[in-house]
Amino acid sequence: MSEIIVQNLAKTYQVYQKKEGLMAAARGLFKREYREVHAVDGIDFSIEKGELVAFLGPNGAGKTTTLKLLSGLIYPTHGSASVLGHTPWLRENAYRRRFALVMGQKNQLWWDLPAQESFRLHKEIYAVESDEFDKRLASLTALLNTEKLLGQPVRELSLGERMRMELIAALLHGPEVLLLDEPTIGLDVVAQRTIQEFLKQYQQEQQFTVLLTSHYMKDVAALCKRVIIIAQGKILYDGSLSGIVDRFSRHKLVTVQFSDTQDMPVLERFGQVMRSEPPRIQIQVERTEVPKVLSTLLDQYVLEDVTVEDRPLEEVIAEMFATVTTDPHRPEDDTG
Amino acid sequence: MITRIRVHWTILRISIEERLIYRADFALGTLLRFMPIVTTILLWQAIFNGVSPTSDSSKETTIDSYRFSDMVSYYLLVMLGRAFSSMPGLASGIAQDVRDGTIKKYLVQPIDLLGFLFWSRVAHKLIYYLVAAGPFAIMFILCHSFLPGWPDAGTLIGAIVALILGFIIGFLFEATVGLISFWFLEVSSLLFIVMMLNYFLSGHMFPLDLLPGPIRSVILFLPFQYLAYFPAKVLLGQLTQGELFQGLVVQVLWVIGLFFLARFLFSRGVRRYSAFGG
Repeated sequence: MSEIIVQNLAKTYQVYQKKEGLMAAARGLFKREYREVHAVDGIDFSIEKGELVAFLGPNGAGKTTTLKLLSGLIYPTHGSASVLGHTPWLRENAYRRRFALVMGQKNQLWWDLPAQESFRLHKEIYAVESDEFDKRLASLTALLNTEKLLGQPVRELSLGERMRMELIAALLHGPEVLLLDEPTIGLDVVAQRTIQEFLKQYQQEQQFTVLLTSHYMKDVAALCKRVIIIAQGKILYDGSLSGIVDRFSRHKLVTVQFSDTQDMPVLERFGQVMRSEPPRIQIQVERTEVPKVLSTLLDQYVLEDVTVEDRPLEEVIAEMFATVTTDPHRPEDDTG
Repeated sequence: MITRIRVHWTILRISIEERLIYRADFALGTLLRFMPIVTTILLWQAIFNGVSPTSDSSKETTIDSYRFSDMVSYYLLVMLGRAFSSMPGLASGIAQDVRDGTIKKYLVQPIDLLGFLFWSRVAHKLIYYLVAAGPFAIMFILCHSFLPGWPDAGTLIGAIVALILGFIIGFLFEATVGLISFWFLEVSSLLFIVMMLNYFLSGHMFPLDLLPGPIRSVILFLPFQYLAYFPAKVLLGQLTQGELFQGLVVQVLWVIGLFFLARFLFSRGVRRYSAFGG
């Protein structure tokens, strides 16, 4: 049985409408208008033990809400979810001992005390055996390079250092499922790399299941083979990273290098010119047109080099997000 | 069971550490707590002098059977009672946690909010007593001429029980007010009103037996008197054994009632909560 099973899960928020102006504010004391926000709009997926899955989507897509549902922070409007055999929003202690959530800050650490103390408290709360605890703490602090920081009050640590401490605290009790919400947000490139590499290595060792949300491609590319793309509360794609381009990009990039620089033709009729660095020109061609364009080019001109490649992943995804957010009624896989 | 105790002990220890970090703030706050009582006593002195002409020393002035010395003793003992039952920052702390999402810690981890806060408060109080013992002792020694003698063993034990129960009632009540923040994110106005009422209803402002009969009966029916008035009366030796015992029993009933109310509000509040923070 899959470790995480989600079926037709939905969460609708009632958001109060605050109107502008004094009269509206006064009226708001007595009668409030609200609109419904379908944060999560009927999603289905399942995740096997040991998988590292990324939830990718623009802001407001429903990623964080999904994590909140799976961690038991909120109740769904309808649908079901099962994580490790438990329904998360029942908040059974048996379930809470087996997973960890890192969402924003102040998840596990006491602000004014050294991280060490928070870890000690965690040990008791989660009832971790002493030697297991010591061993795990040692290996985690070594991997994340935080040995010197253990005695410093958390308040005084930098964002990157605090994030590393949060991760340690989350992993101290050996959770089987780790839910991460934007783990590298706000961190510099080096800190991001550190966390990505740590997660990759540690997950490989310990084989726990990870579900992380991000809008950074680097996180996803570094860690996950499987990506679930969510936007406007609906799942748009669930599969491998490379598959995204095949599915969502209607264009390919054709780069041609001419042998004769004086004779630079006008290529606009074949497709949009992306880059022009004589003797090289890159044009964006619709997929279906590529064979025809190639044969025409080869016929009409003398070419030294021809390359056909996919559009960069980031661009494809960015475009997909942009179209989805501007047109919510657009059918699923028709972009660009 | 053992693991539960260990969790609580660790919470206790960590809370104590946390408190000690803000040592200076703590010590100063303790001394400042005595300021209002000085002005109140001066006020009563003026009242007593106003009621009787100064030259008539044949009979001591009483207001409703309180002599001036009784009044001073009352306030000192109310200070003691409130050292047990006042919970500064408890309600607003819960409200703050709900507002900024820190509350999610208690939902996601296998810990119980109320239990956690309770042992945290025990820790705070223990440190407070350590720091406050000095100033309190000084005050009591300075005013020892006003105070009646030490009560007998039975009354003393009863008083200690009353103080401890007063702590629990104070905790449960303020926690309940704090839990209302699950419904109304901003509870500071409510809290202010509650504090004002508490000041009056607990006997902190003046002894409740100065109130006319029917009003007094109603107020004595409420749990607030156990936060200040009741322990003071016990230590003043003004209650019979029967009254003391009855008071303690009612206190226990209030503890049970408020406990279930707090738990009920917590489970309902959490249901309603939709994790605004984070």
